[in-house]
Parts: sequence; C-alpha cells; structure tokens
Amino acid sequence: MEGEIHRALGLTDDEAVQIERLLGRQPNHLELAMYSVMWSEHCSYKSSRVHLKRLPTEGQRVLVGPGENAGVVDAGGGLAIALRIESHNHPSAIEPYQGAATGVGGILRDIFTMGARPIALMDPLRFGSPKDPRSRWIATGVISGISGYGNSVGVPTVGGEIVFDECYADNPLVNVLCCGVLPVDRLVLGRASGVGNLAVLLGSTTGRDGIGGVSVLASAGFSDDAGAEEAKRPNVQVGDPFEEKRLIEACLQLLDESLVIGIQDLGGAGLTCATSETASRGGVGMDVDVTAVPRREPGMEPWEVMTSESQERMLAIVTPEACDRVLDVCRSWEVRATVVGRVTESGRLRIVDGWDGKVLADVPAATLHEDAPVYNRAMARPAGLDARQADDPSRLPSPPDVGSDLLALLVDPSWVYRQYDHQLFLNTVVAPGGDAALLRLAGPGVPTPTPDDRRGLALSTDGNARWCSLDPRAGTALVVAESALNVACVGADPVALVNCLNFGNPEHPEVMWQLSEAIDGMADACRALGIPVIGGNVSLYNESRGVDIDPTPVVGTLGLVEHLRRRPPGLNLVDGSSIIMVGAVGSLAAAPSLAGSRWAVELNDHRGGRLPDLDFVLHARLLSLVADLVGDSSGLVDGVHDVSEGGLGLALAEMAVNSGVGFMVRGVVDHAALFGEEPSRVVFSVPDRSLAEVRRRVESAALGFVELGRGFGDRLFIEGLVDVNLAEAVDAWRSWLPAALGVELSTAD
Amino acid sequence: MTRFRALVEVSLRPGIADPQGATIERALPALGFEAISGVRAGKAFRFVVDATDEHAARKQVDDLCRRLLTNPVIEDSAVTLEQA
Amino acid sequence: MTARIGVVLFPGSNCEHDVVEAVNALGGDAHIVWHDDRSLGTVDAVVLPGGFAHGDYLRPGALARFSPIMGAVEAFAAGGGPVVGICNGFQVLTEAHLLPGALQKNRGLTFLCTTVEVEVFSDRSVLTSGVEVGSRLRIPINHFEGSYICDQSTLDELRAEGRIILRYVDNPNGSLADIAGIANAAGNVVGLMPHPERAADALFGSTDGRILLGALLRSALAWSAVAAGS
Repeated sequence: MEGEIHRALGLTDDEAVQIERLLGRQPNHLELAMYSVMWSEHCSYKSSRVHLKRLPTEGQRVLVGPGENAGVVDAGGGLAIALRIESHNHPSAIEPYQGAATGVGGILRDIFTMGARPIALMDPLRFGSPKDPRSRWIATGVISGISGYGNSVGVPTVGGEIVFDECYADNPLVNVLCCGVLPVDRLVLGRASGVGNLAVLLGSTTGRDGIGGVSVLASAGFSDDAGAEEAKRPNVQVGDPFEEKRLIEACLQLLDESLVIGIQDLGGAGLTCATSETASRGGVGMDVDVTAVPRREPGMEPWEVMTSESQERMLAIVTPEACDRVLDVCRSWEVRATVVGRVTESGRLRIVDGWDGKVLADVPAATLHEDAPVYNRAMARPAGLDARQADDPSRLPSPPDVGSDLLALLVDPSWVYRQYDHQLFLNTVVAPGGDAALLRLAGPGVPTPTPDDRRGLALSTDGNARWCSLDPRAGTALVVAESALNVACVGADPVALVNCLNFGNPEHPEVMWQLSEAIDGMADACRALGIPVIGGNVSLYNESRGVDIDPTPVVGTLGLVEHLRRRPPGLNLVDGSSIIMVGAVGSLAAAPSLAGSRWAVELNDHRGGRLPDLDFVLHARLLSLVADLVGDSSGLVDGVHDVSEGGLGLALAEMAVNSGVGFMVRGVVDHAALFGEEPSRVVFSVPDRSLAEVRRRVESAALGFVELGRGFGDRLFIEGLVDVNLAEAVDAWRSWLPAALGVELSTAD
Repeated sequence: MTRFRALVEVSLRPGIADPQGATIERALPALGFEAISGVRAGKAFRFVVDATDEHAARKQVDDLCRRLLTNPVIEDSAVTLEQA
Repeated sequence: MTARIGVVLFPGSNCEHDVVEAVNALGGDAHIVWHDDRSLGTVDAVVLPGGFAHGDYLRPGALARFSPIMGAVEAFAAGGGPVVGICNGFQVLTEAHLLPGALQKNRGLTFLCTTVEVEVFSDRSVLTSGVEVGSRLRIPINHFEGSYICDQSTLDELRAEGRIILRYVDNPNGSLADIAGIANAAGNVVGLMPHPERAADALFGSTDGRILLGALLRSALAWSAVAAGS
C-alpha cells in the first residue's frame, strides 16, 4: 500500500527510499505529500540542474543570481532591477484565460518578493496553427487573460512575441517575463531568521485548487468515493488581480517601513515550499500551525492546506514587535494577514495541529529542496538530424513572385498589444512593436528622475524553434545574439539575461540532448558577449499529440541606457535618406543559407539545412556600434532595425509599413539573399548629412558597410525581385493576425 | 424571521446596445443554431435574505438592485424569491 | 500660487502616481487622497484617476462611489470645485450621478490601449477652458468600458449646453456621438476616457495632454481665488 502511494504521488522507489533514509523512519502521508511536491520536476529542476550549472551567472552588475525568486542587477544611481521569466504552458492549455492570468499573477509575486515594484511584463506566446479552431480558442483566451489580469493589477505589458507552429497545437507556450525596479537598499531575500520570529500568511484564503497530483491521497484509504473527492478539487486556479494589486501595495509598504525580515511568495507547492525554503535559506527551522491557515472551504485535510496552490498569497517573516504594525498595514489595504508559523532553531519544518496540538509532520527543512534528487538523464542526438541538416533549402525552386512571398511574411502584432496597457507609470519610450521595449528606469516608490538625468532599460524576449530544432546549440546561440542585438537597436547595452527553457519529455533521450545542447549554446553566447544569466525556468513535458514540441528556449534580455535623452528612431524610413546595412554584410551577393528561415519553414514547409555561422567577436563589436549610433544625441540615424526572422526583405518591409515610406533598393541578388536569416546585420536609415560620419564609425569598428538604396515614394522596390505598392503591404501587414484568429479588426488607428 | 433565496437577473434595458449578446448571436448560425435569436447578455446574483415576510424581503432586494446591483441608466433587474 | 490637486486613491486605482507626476511637472502640487478618508483637506481641484477601483467588480465605479471620500468629493463639486475623472474616474463619476450617462463595453469587445486623436468640442469646462475649440489633440486611451451612452434627452441637453467637451476624430469604441469627454452643467465636473497624463512628455510621444492639465491647473487657481473671496 505505501509503495503504491509514493508511486501514485509521482515519487520513484529510489526517491521513497531516500526520504526514509533522510527521516530515519517511514514518512507519513502528509510528509510524503510534502516531499512529492517539492521533489517534483517543477520545483526541484531534478532533470535540468546538472546542465544548468554550465551557464555563466556572474558579472559586475549581478546582485542576485539564479536560485532566488528573481535575479537582480545593479542599474546604477542607487537603483536595481529585478528580472524573472516563467512558463504557464500546461495550465493555459486547459483553461487559456485563467492559465495565462495566473501566470501573470505568479511572476509578479516573484518580483515584489524581492522588494521591487513590478514595472513591466512581457509575454512570449506560441500557439498551434491558427487554422485549427482549438488553437485560435487558446490564443484568444490567453491574450484576454493577460489583458484582463495585467491591466487590472496595474502593471504594463510592454512586449512579447506571438508565434504559430503546429508543434504547439495542444501545448501552447505561455511564457511571461516581469521586471521590477527597487532602491538597492530595499533588496530583500526570501529567508527566515531570528528564533521566535513569526511567519505571517498574507493575501487570499487557501482552497483546494491546484493540488494536482497530490490529490491521490484523497483516495488512498480515506474516502470511499474518490470521484466525489476529486470533483471538489478544481485543476484550474482562478486569478484575482484586485487581491494581487492590494497585496503588491501592502507588501511594498511593509518593505518600505522595514517591517519584514524575509518574504516569499507562494507558488508551486504552496505553503510547503514557502515555509521550507525560507527556513532552510536562513539556516533555521519553522513550526507551522496548519489550523491557523484561513481556508476557503471546510473539511480540508492538512496535506491539502500544505500543498494547495491557491493564488495571491505571500509569507512574511516578522519580529513579534513588528507584528501589530504589519497587521495594521495589511488591514489598511484590506489584505488578510494571519500568523501561521514561528521560526525555531531546530532546522526542522514541523506541521502542528494547533500550537499545543499534535505534530503532524516533522522533517529537516533543507531536505525538501537541497536533498532533492539530481538526475543525469540519458541523452541521444536525434536519429534523423544528420539527414535533415544535409537537406538544404537551397534546393527549393526560386519563388515565381518574390513580392507576394514578402507580403505573406508581414505580421502586425498590434491587435494583441493594443489589448495590453503598455503605458502605465509613464515609462514606455518604445512601445510593443519595436525591436525591444525601451522604458525609463523609474516607478512608483523610487525617486522620480529629472528630465536631464534619466536612465533607461530595454527588454527583449526571443525564441526560435525553427533554428533550435535544426541545431539546438547553434540555434540557441543565435537566439541570444538576436536578443542582445534587439536591445542594442533601442540604444541599450545588454547586461543580463533570463531564460525559459521549454522542452519536451525529459525521459526521451533526444529531448535531454536538445536541452543540454541548448544550454551549451546559451553558455557559449552569453560568455562570449559578456551577458550573465541571472535566472531561469525550465518547462519540460511539453508534448502535443504524443510528439515532443520543438526545442524552444526563450530568452529575455535586459539592456541599460546610461543617458536616456531622446526616443530612438525605431523601425523607420525617411524619404530621401540612405538605407544602409551594417555588420556581417560581406555575403550579400553570396546566397546565404535559408536553413531555418521563415521563408523556408512557413512558406515552403522545409525544415532542413545547416544554420548560418555566428561570429561572436564581430557580433560584440556590432552591439556596441549599434547602441552608439542609436543613442547618439545628435540624431545620426533616422531609422534602425535588425535583420532577423524573415531576413533583409522583411526588415526593409517592416520599416516601410511602420513609417509609411517606401524604398528603392539595389544589389540583392536573389530570394536567398532577401530571406536568408544570417545573423549580425542591422539596417539603418541615414540622412545625407551624417552618412560620412556613420560610415567612419562603422569602418573604425571593423564592420561591413553596404549602401542598399534610399527611402523613397510609395512602393517597396527591390531591383529585379520585388515591386509592391506600399498601401497593399500595409494592408497585408495589418490584416494577417486578425484574419488568422478570426477576430474583427478594431477601427482604432 | 424567514429565510428566502433570491435570484437577481440583471440585463441591459431594451434598446441599449448589447455588443456581447450580438456577438454571440452572430456566431450561432455557424454552429447550426438557426432558430435562436434575440440573445441578450446579462448577469445573475444569488444570495439569501432574512425578512419577516416575502413583501419585506422583496423590498430589501429591490432596494439593493436600485442602489448597487444595477446601473439604472442602462440596466433592468428581475427578482425571483423563494422560501429557503 | 500653486494649484493643490488631490488625487483620490481607491483600492485598485493605478494611474494615481502618473497623474501626480504629470501635474507636478506642470508646476502643480499634487498629492494622494485616501479613499477611506472623509475629508479632502485643502485642495483646489480633485482628480479621480484611472485604474480598476475595487477590481471593476460588479461594474466599473459601482463600488468606488460608496467610498467614504466620495461624500467630500460630492460636496466639493456642489460648491463649484473642479473635479476631473479620468477613465475609471469618469466611470466613478457617472455611477455617482455627478455626470449623466454610463460607460459600456467597447464596440469591439476588447480592451484598447492606443493613442487616438480627439477634438476639443467645447471650452466650457475646467479642463478645456482657454483651449481653442476645434483643436485636435493626440492622447492615449486605455479602457475596456469606454463606450459612452445616454438617453436622447440627455444627449440633446449635453449638445445644447456645450457640455460635450472632447470628441473622437475616429471613434474607437462605439461611443455615442463620438463622445470622449463631457462636463456637468456648471462645467466644474468633467469626465473623459483619454489619459492626458500619458501625453505630458515628449520622451513618451505626445505632449498634448499638457494642454488639458494646464487648463485644469488654471481653473483650480481661479476657483480657489473665487472661493477664498466669497
């Protein structure tokens, strides 16, 4: 019977033996439940930890690296930035609106837990083909959920991605990044200390939601009617942005008044995780009175209370002297606050049935996460990969109408981001739709900068499964390079990165190989470009219709701008200005690889070939040159866009539709030169007066420079390849997404 | 005192545009519901009320509807009471 | 003289800091007023900012109107004091019957955050006083329930009395008569869906919101002088 229970809880026989060894006795059901949630893949990273260690995590600016609730970097001027990214893929597949909404809520708590005011969200989203009604339902539900929760909780959503690919049909990827700002001296960590201090549970009541796999205990001999028990336990958690908003304000006030010693959000594994982590990080123990926890419904068992994942809850560690004031502050924000625990010196997490009642569980707190198993799972290079890499898309015939292929790649995401408040807090300099979001570094509760002393921060989220499925190592390096280039295009220096590693089933050796390769590619690129990884999230078991998703590492790159003086020019063309391309441009006439390009995959369903090479040293020079040109206070350039997905052709077309100015370009030899996605290239629009200066700077950085043509008129004209009316291009660009999702285009704009 | 179960249905007043109802109605033919029309979206509230009799209970509920549950500029309410 | 602007914070409001910052950048003296207080203190004007007071549960503004501070706001308005509701604040003012009509879900049934063009349609309000009628301003909107509606006789009255102060040039949400903002009969209580505080600095795009906020600061001082003299 016991054996059946641990297996049903998702623990292996070896893990059960290990628990027994740690305790020196048989665990009871509550203890088993606590270990099973803490040793789950989600909480313990047991399959990925061995690989994650290879990532570079240190840098001059890094104040807090991976392992805490969020990474924190020093932004200068007494301010710091907290950054984190997470996935909410599986909940969003079942209930798109609430799955996405609670994903937003969870990541916000990770940020204000650090003492930071959340000031920006980003949402990289991936869905199945929009031809499939279920995928459309998931996509529109997820977008509404982000809009509904994010707008109401009062944190702007400043960017993200939306990608469609059949591999995500039943398993959307809903990643969410949050960024917060804090005075350096308000930084707090999720740890308990001081024997006799109190653990106060803040926020929502605790219900039976999100108990998930542990609910097997209900049928383990306690109940005759397992089905009825199960019905009480909703799998879907419902988010309450109003509760979260009050929780943010109350917690930030507690931190401002220095009333808390440590604070921790309740996420996966609920109270078990929050109490054991704060205790073990602080090297202490904790007693938790399970009867003190305010409940949403009667008759809940202790294991239900301890493993519930009810939303909008925080655990604060406070001194007994500060407790009354803490309760007062919470009352003023109408936030429930209850003392549920006491810090002890034992190093043990004890769950008690009332302070003088029975001890229901008694385990060494640190064993719940520090002793979680680590697996070095089998890895294997996928069998068909060599043949796939050998099948280069250069064998595809030239398209009969290059212009119509170009239009087919144009997608305006504004239908999505118009549903997100992207302006709150008066920080948004570059809104969604640019290469990266650019924000003023400020926020409520930190000193308002004067107009001549403004700093900026840039954020970009990037992923590319087309590249990563062909070669996870090179593909991931290319993703990091592109993300860094995106922040450079708004004038920022990339300073830190977080990752969300979305992969398939880790029990498949091919998936573990992909994960390991992707981590190596990320490590290569981050080391070479000097960008530390300050946090991350691993989402495994992403499978759709029995097939693993394509490997989809997503990165979020943070950039800093020392002096934020003017709006960067963005995706812009100016009639009469020169159009130039800078960087690795020697290959303009050499038919670069189309492998993994949008043109090959989306328009020709060809998923083979070898990815183009990436020269890290050249790329690093390009990053500083681009930030320098864009940030120049004299306005050297009047338009900028990196060449990435869709190649040079799409870069030019996006600049044209965004600015309403056409172009006339020469010297692009064929469709491969137009759609190939070789890295390290940036297109600029440059007025004549500064062309010589720009050229001088490019050449002194030892980078390639090529004049392509001029911004001109109302046509997209590329000699010998494309001649399209600008109005037609604008129409194709605007209408694609609403048409694909089957929604009406609003009349605004 | 007697306990009554109350159901309050709030709907937009006739003549007030109801984009939600209209959107649902537009989707119906594609799902094969050819015979359904006149869709109006609204909200429902359920609660219990203690009062000396049904008349007193109704008076309280009507007052609640007028002051809080509806915006009389655009919404009407219908109240159903039954003894609990 | 500096205009003292009280910005009311309801639980769930979120634009209060932005209004304070924009008003102060224009030389005003803005401070937050707590929803649970019964007095406004000494203020020359009141702003009800945007956000989601009480989560917008039930209806936007429906619960906020019962906050203790609203008694003081109503008295201040009755005495002729300038009161401006922006977005959610506009919704609160209609629920509190300080302004007629109501705000319904947008025609497209989605939230809309975008910059729109509005035309100043009347200068008979504390927010448009001294602003050239017919001038066009680029100001962001950010709402789900911004489609203004009222009955025909109210609309006739609003038109006849010059109380439609702002109209959308290209109606984004289905609002009746393209209404973006209205005033009460005396012109001292104003509600508008666009966010002027979001158009107050060239770094973020438009500066047209300064025109409206500047008018509010002048109106506040003018009212304050009259109130002090009476």
